[in-house]
Amino acid sequence: MKKIYVNEQWCLGCRLCEYYCAFAGTGERDMARALAGMKIHPRMRIEEKDGISFAVSCRHCKDALCVKSCITGALTVTDGMVAIDQDRCVGCCTCVLVCPFGAVASTAHGVMQKCELCVQSSAGTPACVRGCPNGAIVFEERGAAR
Amino acid sequence: MKYVIIGNSAAGIGAVQGIRQVDPHGDITIVTHEPHHTYSRPLISYLLQGKTTRDSMKYRPDDFYAAHNCALLHGEVTQVSAGQVTLADGSTLAYDKLLVGTGASPVVPPIEGLDSVPNRFTFTTLDDALALEAALDPSKRVLIIGAGLVGLKCAEGILKRVEQVTVADLAPQILPAILDAESAAQVQAHLESHGVAFALGQPAQPSNEYDIVVLAVGQRPNTALLQGIAQIEQGIVVNDKSETTAANIYAAGDCTQTIDIASGQSKVMALLPNAFLQGECAGINMAGGNASFGKAIPMNAVGFFGLHIVTAGNYTGEVYTAPGKKLFHSGNRLNGFMLIGDVDKAGIYTSLIREQTPLDSIDFALICETPGLMAFTREHRQKTLGGEPT
Repeated sequence: MKKIYVNEQWCLGCRLCEYYCAFAGTGERDMARALAGMKIHPRMRIEEKDGISFAVSCRHCKDALCVKSCITGALTVTDGMVAIDQDRCVGCCTCVLVCPFGAVASTAHGVMQKCELCVQSSAGTPACVRGCPNGAIVFEERGAAR
Repeated sequence: MKYVIIGNSAAGIGAVQGIRQVDPHGDITIVTHEPHHTYSRPLISYLLQGKTTRDSMKYRPDDFYAAHNCALLHGEVTQVSAGQVTLADGSTLAYDKLLVGTGASPVVPPIEGLDSVPNRFTFTTLDDALALEAALDPSKRVLIIGAGLVGLKCAEGILKRVEQVTVADLAPQILPAILDAESAAQVQAHLESHGVAFALGQPAQPSNEYDIVVLAVGQRPNTALLQGIAQIEQGIVVNDKSETTAANIYAAGDCTQTIDIASGQSKVMALLPNAFLQGECAGINMAGGNASFGKAIPMNAVGFFGLHIVTAGNYTGEVYTAPGKKLFHSGNRLNGFMLIGDVDKAGIYTSLIREQTPLDSIDFALICETPGLMAFTREHRQKTLGGEPT
């Protein structure tokens, strides 16, 4: 299955992916207008230090600890994609406690969110991938052998 | 192959999912004495608080049993013997592999003055919560005995629905199992600011000042069914394959004790994620697969009135301290941590404990400050962000 992969050496640290991610699913047409002055809560987040930067989002683990640990059953895995049902999430943070990548985080309204590969919101390619100006984030089929 | 699973909570559900990964056709029967679809026990306080519903607190969807081709039998197992279990109505069920996921029951110690309070409850099951809910009323004064996770979540759940909630405990601090005194004081102050009263460091004094008392002093693993059949210490002793010492009998969840890799000691770690993982491991092995649950550690994520608390491992060794954060390390390993408030990316710390990551292989000073993948090598990141994690 296609997933999001990050090529660290090409990341510029521009954080456009964070903005495209936060914008995806807002239903607005203009990103600047939709996000102006807002504290954004993107599902993909940049780590940055001393000239090194890279984007981190859900790895959709085969043996996803977040899914197995979720106390409500809100996290599920279907056809290789880990998704969260925010109506069932109570914001207990057990998924935050177990995710080894720091890829599940709180929304502004207390429940959790994570990358769902833009399956709900766009045609084909996730917003971060489309928005990355340097090809540092790609959406492709990789390494079934691993 | 005939599988019988005693218990319809996280361990039992995990076992069903584990069995079905290996054996799509074997005959699975779950036996439970609770008259409900599988539900999440930790959500009962959220139910009383109005943060979830009877429907949303189902641990798995309505079609779970059908989708996994297993039977749900409401009844009580009274006896386990080789190859069969006996139910309270005298009927028997044959098994080739048995999972005991009987959970734990609240301890109800003799407490002076308890009889003077008209309404007395425990707080473990959905039925406990529904019974307590029926007694709630804005005029009621409630005494909760036990300042652990169960007692405090109960306090949060009912606070807005009663006149007053007082939490009493013999211990001088709240949450003694997961927090040190300093962190506990911080959380206690937060709970007090929301209106919860405390009577700590003294015996609880139930009296006619209270209309309702909730007993939340602790839980005891339900081990009776395997008494004389398998090794039992505090809980049913299982190995990393979730096998008991009795042939063809597995156990998982709150009724068991197992090795905590953070301390190396065998202990009861009554936590929902561990119950599921251990149950799944049992299920895979029951069906002839090969799974190991060898990375159990104590870990908790809990929140009160918006303040999150995330802890894991054990609190020994040198301490790194920052506001809302304590990390405990020794011998080049992270042993445990406590985070209060900002818990973002806590799983990166948890993973260091579970994987026993040598701290000299990462930028430990950096990760103390900020949990992140930045502290790992570029090669490690290439594997995790550019490859296929398992």
